[in-house]
Amino acid sequence: MIYAVAILAPLAGALVSGLSGRVIGDRAAQAVSIFVMVLAAVCGSIAFFSLANSDMEPAFVSLGSWVDVGTFHADWDLRYDTLSAAMVAMVTFVSTLIHIYSVGYMGHDKYPKYRFFAYLNLFTFAMLMLVTADNLLQLFFGWEGVGLASYLLIGYWYDRPAACAAAIKAFLVNRIADVFFAVGIALTFVKFGTIEFNSIFAAVPQHVADTYAIFGGSYPALEVIAFLLFIGAMGKSAQIGLHVWLPDAMEGPTPVSALIHAATMVTAGVFLMARMSPVMEFAPTALAFVTFIGATTALFAATVGCVQNDIKRVIAYSTCSQLGYMFAAAGVGAYQVSMYHLITHAFFKALLFLGAGSVIHAMSDEQDMRRMGGLAKYAPWTCALMWIGNLALAGIPPLAGSWSKDAIISATYAAGSGVGTYAFFCTVAAAFLTAFYSWRLLFMTFHGRSNADPHALEHAHESPFVMVGPLLVLAVGAIFAGWLLNNWFIGEGSAEFWRGSIYNLPGKDILARLEQVPTLVEYLPLGMAIAGIALAYLFYIANPRLPVRLADSYAGIYRFLLNKWYFDELYNAILVRPAMRLAAFLWHTGDARLIDGMPNGLAALAAGSSRETVKLQTGSIAVYAFTMLIGVVALVSVFLVFR
Amino acid sequence: MNWTTAIPEIFLSVAGLAILVFGVLRGRYSGPGNALVCSMLVLASFAVAAILIIGGNHGIGYNGQFTTDAFSSYAKLLILAGAALGLVLSLDYNRLEGLARFEFPVLVLLSTVGMMVMVSASSMMTLYLGLELQSLSLYVLAAFARDTLRSSEAGLKFFVLGALASGLLLYGISLVYGFSGTMDFNVLARSFADPAGVAPGLIVGVVFIVAGLAFKISAVPFHMWTPDVYEGAPTPVTGFFSTAPKVAAICLIVRLMGTPFGHLLASWQQLIVLVSIASMVLGSLAAIGQTNIKRLMAYSSIGHMGYALIGLAVGTAEGVRGVLIYMVTYVFMNAGTFACLIAMRRRGIALDKISDLSGLGRTDPMLAGWMTVFMFSMAGIPPMSGFFGKLYVFLAAVQAGMWTLAVIGVLTSVIGAYYYLRIIKVMYFDEGGEAFDRRPMSLSVVAAAAGLFTLFFFVFPAPFVGAAQAAARVLFG
Repeated sequence: MIYAVAILAPLAGALVSGLSGRVIGDRAAQAVSIFVMVLAAVCGSIAFFSLANSDMEPAFVSLGSWVDVGTFHADWDLRYDTLSAAMVAMVTFVSTLIHIYSVGYMGHDKYPKYRFFAYLNLFTFAMLMLVTADNLLQLFFGWEGVGLASYLLIGYWYDRPAACAAAIKAFLVNRIADVFFAVGIALTFVKFGTIEFNSIFAAVPQHVADTYAIFGGSYPALEVIAFLLFIGAMGKSAQIGLHVWLPDAMEGPTPVSALIHAATMVTAGVFLMARMSPVMEFAPTALAFVTFIGATTALFAATVGCVQNDIKRVIAYSTCSQLGYMFAAAGVGAYQVSMYHLITHAFFKALLFLGAGSVIHAMSDEQDMRRMGGLAKYAPWTCALMWIGNLALAGIPPLAGSWSKDAIISATYAAGSGVGTYAFFCTVAAAFLTAFYSWRLLFMTFHGRSNADPHALEHAHESPFVMVGPLLVLAVGAIFAGWLLNNWFIGEGSAEFWRGSIYNLPGKDILARLEQVPTLVEYLPLGMAIAGIALAYLFYIANPRLPVRLADSYAGIYRFLLNKWYFDELYNAILVRPAMRLAAFLWHTGDARLIDGMPNGLAALAAGSSRETVKLQTGSIAVYAFTMLIGVVALVSVFLVFR
Repeated sequence: MNWTTAIPEIFLSVAGLAILVFGVLRGRYSGPGNALVCSMLVLASFAVAAILIIGGNHGIGYNGQFTTDAFSSYAKLLILAGAALGLVLSLDYNRLEGLARFEFPVLVLLSTVGMMVMVSASSMMTLYLGLELQSLSLYVLAAFARDTLRSSEAGLKFFVLGALASGLLLYGISLVYGFSGTMDFNVLARSFADPAGVAPGLIVGVVFIVAGLAFKISAVPFHMWTPDVYEGAPTPVTGFFSTAPKVAAICLIVRLMGTPFGHLLASWQQLIVLVSIASMVLGSLAAIGQTNIKRLMAYSSIGHMGYALIGLAVGTAEGVRGVLIYMVTYVFMNAGTFACLIAMRRRGIALDKISDLSGLGRTDPMLAGWMTVFMFSMAGIPPMSGFFGKLYVFLAAVQAGMWTLAVIGVLTSVIGAYYYLRIIKVMYFDEGGEAFDRRPMSLSVVAAAAGLFTLFFFVFPAPFVGAAQAAARVLFG
């Protein structure tokens, strides 16, 4: 019951503030939104801790029937197991903090604010539906719901063309992935005859040998399903190839970036992997692919993050990279580890984004780090909190990131497979780059010589408490979450904690092997992080001219990274521009010329004929009589010829 | 000799002469009052004639010269209705234009007698007699505003071209007579029982007769007089022209094609199809470019005759039923439209430009509302009566497999809809001029009566469809 309140309260908030916000006003709408979120967070936390501290079996909260056609059934059910409850607790908690933060951040916004809070509520509800879904259709409902809310919030400042373009891009890229996801759901129904998780999971062993014919070949059905679901996850979680929307999504307000594009929505793909682990475990090829993509994304995004100048884009690529870590872990079968990192990452990444928001707020909406610097004395709280967030991100013990990220790196090593080794090297390299770009961000923003516009500096100020307060709470999480959750998520208590909500193939027990990795592997990430920090110090504090010289001497590599590996240009060249050309062709030739042309041409023909016919009417009686006689002659001829 | 078949015509002729004498005797009081009294008397005689027609017996009289049957009764009642509406429309117009002379109603009456004789004709001689009686009266009516140049021009053009058409008709009749030796419709019908043995010269005669009659219904290519005469004649006369005489002429063609030339269907069908298509196409195309609403109505009536001819071209009872239903809907929506046009008058000056209607939706919502009903009906938009008129003829064409006619009919309806809807657009969406003068009661009554008929025809089509069915069976059994 409490569980249902946690999930439905945001819906009520969205309806109240969204539909009647104009009537009750901004303040009341904000109060309603925050109240329902606090309620949801309290209920969600109670539900999670009561589940974690008891030995209850996974349960369901049934909300009613949804689709019941032939053999196809889908109900509105809330799944109440550890995986869902942990996500609910995290989502409601982070979302509540971000709601509160938004009151300060959006305080000077020129639009009515009830719309923003209604969207945030709506997003939270959709995310909760996603994580508590008991069948694939309901999960897809939440999946699309968060996509919609993401679209609405990225394009929140609808009078900015860049924001609208980013919203459309996010929507389209996600649709591409969703097509695969939807096909995966359909294929699941075809193969299993059901989309209920329990029924699917129970039937998986019977379907291991099933094959599915596609693209002229016959493949194991479970592999195909796993691939399709993972491609869906790639879109939502911005993995390489389908990641292009995430950096652009930073056009949205910063709280949105923190909530949707760092802490919650983008992790839906990781959650999906964990949720579908009973199926994924039987698809080794797909899992290898997951690891490969995850590891590649982790490294790729980290390289790009090193040269970006927009503070939010750096953090966006960092998010992309950390999601890659999670997939790499999921791919080697360590779903628990990826969920662990998901939760800790939610704390410190939300902290970083909100801190960046605080900086932007302080600097009168300046986002370019090249025009910052030395802000530590203007915004000491923000600076300290950003340090905590980056320490956690870089994996400096004992902060949260060190626990979960080191576990991922160990897991890839422990996997022992070829792709695992690839992932190990990628993630270790990425750990180095992560530390580098994190401290590059810190140094460029808070330390060193100030390059800021003096005019903006005059107004630079620490953010109000309503913004710093949530940061403090998140900082506590970023410091302690790893230590607190370690035992539950991946430690000795993990089997009892998860209670079967995540499935591992018998004999694969990767969690047990985490402890057995060589000491060198355990300390490698830390060494990498310290090296990265040192390099950042060298580049941006000790010798600020060095990066410029480096960029000049390796201009090709620098431009390659600065332009994000030219993914956008590539997509523009092979997809967007041909599609636009085709559309333009269909528009100009197909629609304007053919479809419009026919009626227009006929109309012009009618009008032209009309002019000509009217000319016949000369008014001369002789012409009239002549016409009549011609008519008679014509008719007689016709008559005699065709008689 | 069964002379009773012609009692309504005889009564009307006598009444016409009596009213004429009455008007002349009251000549010293000549003026609007006199004309009004004579008009009322004519309307009364129309009513009596209608009763006589309904109560009269059917049969052939005057040695096969004259016939009354369900078809002729149907046509005559419709003619009387059209003539009465036209006369009512003229009452106040003539008074305001200084045309209120007692000869006007008498001429209407005499032409009506001519029309009634036409639809009852059972011999070429009767046909010609009725036709000329009608035509001569109409020539005078067209030039009734004899002081205005355009009315005189209209009368003259109508007369000259009408004389030419009469010549064609007479030539055709003489050819038919020459090849068959008879003018009696029934005898002719029997002699054509075997179409193979029909001489080409006789066929040419039929073409000439059709040409002469096509002039009367202003079908293409014998339509040239219509726009000029419609524009020049006084507006109520134009309204009268476009209703009753059209009914008479089209019924006459139907009878002629049905009875004496019925067996030659294969020969004349192509001819009617051509004329029908040409009328529909020209009627819809040429109307687009018009700025004068009376000229527009002229092309509109050309187009409508084209649609009506579809029913004849089909050559079945269903087709003729379609023609007869079409004519009923046409007479009423046309009379209503002209009631609205006659109401177009500002500071005593009659107007006839389409642009003069702009803003009518605000200055006179009632009149604009009726006009909208009539325009929708003309365009054939359900549930107005005009839709059912088109429906029945198109239905007959489709049933007979004449898809070309039906398709062209629908296409030209689409083009036609453009200029009918344009009038509605002008009334409601264009910047308005000042309001029209207060319109006389008579126009409101006619507009409302015709409007209600047009609007609610779909509620009670059964009596009309039934009567048209019975009438059609007489000719195409």
